[in-house]
Amino acid sequence: MIENSGLSTYNYLMMLSDIEKAEIEEELSHYPDKQAACVEALKVVQRHRGWVSDESLKSVAALLGMTCDELDGVATFYNLIFRKPVGRHVILLCDSISCWTCGCDAMRKSLQARLGISMGETTLDGRFTLLPIVCLGACDRAPTMMVDDDLHGNLTTEKVDRVLEQYP
Amino acid sequence: MERPLTRNIKPNADPLWLTEYEKAGGYESVRKALRTMAPPDIQKLVTDSTLRGRGGAGFPTGKKWSFVPMGPDAPRPKYLVVNADEMEPGTFKDRLLLEGDPHQMIESMIVSAYAIQADVGYIFLRMEYGIAAARLRKAIGEARAKGYLGRNLLGSDFSFDIYLHTSAGRYICGEETALLNALEGKRAIPRAKPPFPQVVGLWGKPTIVQNVETLCNVPHIITHGVEWYRHLSRGKDGGTKIYGVSGNVKRPGAWELPMGTSIREILEEHADGMRDGFAFRGLLPGGASTAMLVEEHLDLPMDFESIPQGGSRMGTGTMILLDDQTCPVGFTQNLEHFFAQESCGWCTPCWEGLSWTERILQSLEDGQGRMEDIDVLAMHTKLLGPGRTFCALAPGAMDPLQSLLKYCRADFERHIHERRCPWGNGRDGADGARIWPVSSSMIVPTR
Repeated sequence: MIENSGLSTYNYLMMLSDIEKAEIEEELSHYPDKQAACVEALKVVQRHRGWVSDESLKSVAALLGMTCDELDGVATFYNLIFRKPVGRHVILLCDSISCWTCGCDAMRKSLQARLGISMGETTLDGRFTLLPIVCLGACDRAPTMMVDDDLHGNLTTEKVDRVLEQYP
Repeated sequence: MERPLTRNIKPNADPLWLTEYEKAGGYESVRKALRTMAPPDIQKLVTDSTLRGRGGAGFPTGKKWSFVPMGPDAPRPKYLVVNADEMEPGTFKDRLLLEGDPHQMIESMIVSAYAIQADVGYIFLRMEYGIAAARLRKAIGEARAKGYLGRNLLGSDFSFDIYLHTSAGRYICGEETALLNALEGKRAIPRAKPPFPQVVGLWGKPTIVQNVETLCNVPHIITHGVEWYRHLSRGKDGGTKIYGVSGNVKRPGAWELPMGTSIREILEEHADGMRDGFAFRGLLPGGASTAMLVEEHLDLPMDFESIPQGGSRMGTGTMILLDDQTCPVGFTQNLEHFFAQESCGWCTPCWEGLSWTERILQSLEDGQGRMEDIDVLAMHTKLLGPGRTFCALAPGAMDPLQSLLKYCRADFERHIHERRCPWGNGRDGADGARIWPVSSSMIVPTR
């Protein structure tokens, strides 16, 4: 349950930037119903702010005419809507079957050792968050991971190190 | 050998944009359909072509379309939805088509929409396919500017437009009724059937949901005809199929081949066989939810009719290899972990049963299993089988489990007798926390 902090709907709408509102409006034009744009709207906010805070969620709910709990029910359903803060870069390491048979466990250990964190954690400098992800649909390049929007395949522990350097 | 679906796709190259695509014969089927054919003609053509759904279930496409209400009294708007939420582990064929030839996707949607007289099309794309998203957006823009989308296509009285919807990651969205809920902005839980989406779908209107590869066949059937299409295949079902192989083979990849090419030919001639130091043990023929096949099945043709002779399904046609260096119990645990995590939580047998299945497999892998555990797992393959759950997710999870219990039973028993994983996995090998929850829920707040 999301706490109501007493702000009115109008005030929540003020919390979204003009760019965010414009991007959400653009998505709204694709559907006959406002609610249909809610996943896209959450992703707009996440793209600009890195994650979806309670305040952001309330703002989006107000804009789309949904209750906060209804929208949070959708947000928490998905693997890639972050309801807690994450690092500047998010590493998504595939742990599904083809990557597993091709050694994703070794990549996980290497990443954990190199970053000094476990799965789900963020480095102290706020640079990386390490998360598992289901099959990335690039099984011919197993093992694979994504960093932000980029796919990296045919990973080896050496290659993982080189990839991380690309994300300051 | 003709390969209509991938003819424009070159590795590591940009896709054909509108001018080049048209030069290569692109959008020919739209002209032919709108100018010379009535919607029922196309529906008949697709039915006669024997095209079957490439998303895994293999349902005849023409038959699916025949349930859509037609004529002036049909409810409007009608929708065509492309299922591009490719998340079945081991499956990477639709990515190839979406990234490699986005205009083919648009052309396929236009002619298919015309056949069922749909007004609006949505491409339901998984979030991780960013390159596909960018290319589809560009292709949609080009097509709209050229008059292939919008009002009165090519001067006809048919109007149709396409929007791209990018999702946020959840396997159940690939189930067609869950996908409709997701598109409506609701939790992606499957709907009860009947009513079927063809009659009562998106916002209660008639809707066809179709896999990427399936739809990509339609323009070629229209342009070249039924005879040509059926002759592409070596078997009863027409056309070509994009087959894939992943795992420890020399050359993992995806290839468009005649429907009905044998497993052996795909494995040995296209994937070049096993990597040195790895021996073949089995394969899941079409994604994580298909039952394992073994050596004796290798000469089966990969098509909808033949693979069931080996007790499995062709599924998506993208094979996952099990080799001798990989622990079959760990292999099974990994598969069941996926299904347990991706269960939508709507029906109890699925979310409870799959979680326990995963935990039992983990304890076996950790060397803490008992012989009764194998019986409990075997019982679950019945209790979570077809008809016991709300949708096909749990039965799909049970197919690999029952087949691995059948073909690798001795390996399960070794884990119990030796009280460890002979491959060195489990508690002492692959270190702790193997049961990872959904990524978004496991973020640890920063200090």
